[in-house]
Amino acid sequence: MKRLCVVLALLSSGAVASDKRSGVEYVSPETRALQADDFANPGMLWVGGGEALWNEAVGQTKKSCASCHQDAKQTMKGVAARYPVFDEVRKRPIDLQGRINQCRVRRQKAAAFAFESEALLSLSAYIAHQSRGMPVTPPRDERLWSYIENGKELYFRRIGQIDINCASCHDARAGQRLSGNLIPEAHPTGYPIYRLEWQSAGSLQRRMRGCMTGVRAEPYAYGSPEMINLELYLMNRAAGLPIETPAVRP
Amino acid sequence: MNRREFVACVGGVLSFVAIRPALAARPTLLEAVNTFTGGVEVRAGRVAFDIPPLVENGNSVGVMIDVESPVTAEDHVKRIAIINEKNPQADMIVFHLSPQSGRAHVSTRLRLADSQTLMAVAEMSDGTYWSAAADVIVTLAACVEGVSEGGGGVP
Amino acid sequence: MAAPRIMVNVPKTAARGEIVEIKTLIAHKMETGHRMGLNGQRIPRDIINRFECTYNGALVFAADLFPAVSANPFIAFTTVAVASGTLKFRWVDDHGKVSTTSAKITVT
Repeated sequence: MKRLCVVLALLSSGAVASDKRSGVEYVSPETRALQADDFANPGMLWVGGGEALWNEAVGQTKKSCASCHQDAKQTMKGVAARYPVFDEVRKRPIDLQGRINQCRVRRQKAAAFAFESEALLSLSAYIAHQSRGMPVTPPRDERLWSYIENGKELYFRRIGQIDINCASCHDARAGQRLSGNLIPEAHPTGYPIYRLEWQSAGSLQRRMRGCMTGVRAEPYAYGSPEMINLELYLMNRAAGLPIETPAVRP
Repeated sequence: MNRREFVACVGGVLSFVAIRPALAARPTLLEAVNTFTGGVEVRAGRVAFDIPPLVENGNSVGVMIDVESPVTAEDHVKRIAIINEKNPQADMIVFHLSPQSGRAHVSTRLRLADSQTLMAVAEMSDGTYWSAAADVIVTLAACVEGVSEGGGGVP
Repeated sequence: MAAPRIMVNVPKTAARGEIVEIKTLIAHKMETGHRMGLNGQRIPRDIINRFECTYNGALVFAADLFPAVSANPFIAFTTVAVASGTLKFRWVDDHGKVSTTSAKITVT
């Protein structure tokens, strides 16, 4: 119980739910309109590609995602809103991309997708899209607590030659300008996002690596425990905000 | 913004500028318009050119063009070109319409290398050319990545 | 992925003579030919340079694209619903690769 209080205190030390603002509120009206139009939002190309992959038989088992999970529109609803979760196999947290690859390797007997590959982004986007509009609802699982705490510690750890932490921008200066863009609150509710700067869809880990490089730090590796713990902390911090996948950001 | 963040920000801006290749020789905006029209005089008017005056990323700027026209077999818009002042190439896109278009109304998304003037030029079936110009300010994007990012290894 | 990722939005039904708006998106990096790669070499140009739409076989709309068109090109245009039938969409890139899709429309 004491630890639960600690975790709740950790999470509530940020903005309270009603004060939280999605990154979509920090972009231009044109970018917001682009996100809202499913026939213009380029992120929908990844969602559409993911739907095709969902139904594609692969690996030694010649099974598709749909062979076990049936219609994603039903079975994947709400999944992205609660990830990362505790993984019984690894005995540590796993994010959505990690789960997709775990399924491919263990269940379908197929090769894992590379990070930031079109296939992994597409399947992630298709699955996360099924939760669009649903509030971020992290699981109340005490096995996750120490990892959330570690993610929070990383969020507030000063890094890089610039020697600042995530909070220096995303808490203390949210709404202020960095070059032409407004600094958002770093709520990862729309991933994979279509980022105009990338001219592509990309993952939360790619986005965080961009931030880390920006402050002249060595970015954590894709799929590293640090990345997963940061994802875990950020999703807990974003609890209550609706999933937007595929979001569009500058 | 404190000094450190200012340094980070300016550093980002400098590296952004550095990766832009030198512009090759290209025609001016008006020369390119002249090539499109084959030397026919272009009049201002009849073209509505909708583009945000201030954009937050030059990689993808939504544009919409609407040309006043009855759109009949006798009187319609044949082509609409969008031409720029400062990209490496002047031509951006040329739309080919027909009497069956119903309206002369098109949209697309474009790259702008810099703040500049753009022109939308419409060729009518009677051989006249009409145009609208728009000035766009492109702000520098925060947090640009190097070309190495965007691909990871197999987990 | 084998199939090109394409999205087109054509209304399933329309009244005869109605002007309908059609939105199209196709996944393509639209490499401009103006960027430098990691090795300092220019990344070769690779863009979709032509888009066409036919309606029951007749060309009703086309576009010539240049490197200034954003990655994952979006093109929207209008056409008059003249008869029930098929709209076919065709994109051609610098390598001559053709991507196509089609949509049915019922005109009443």
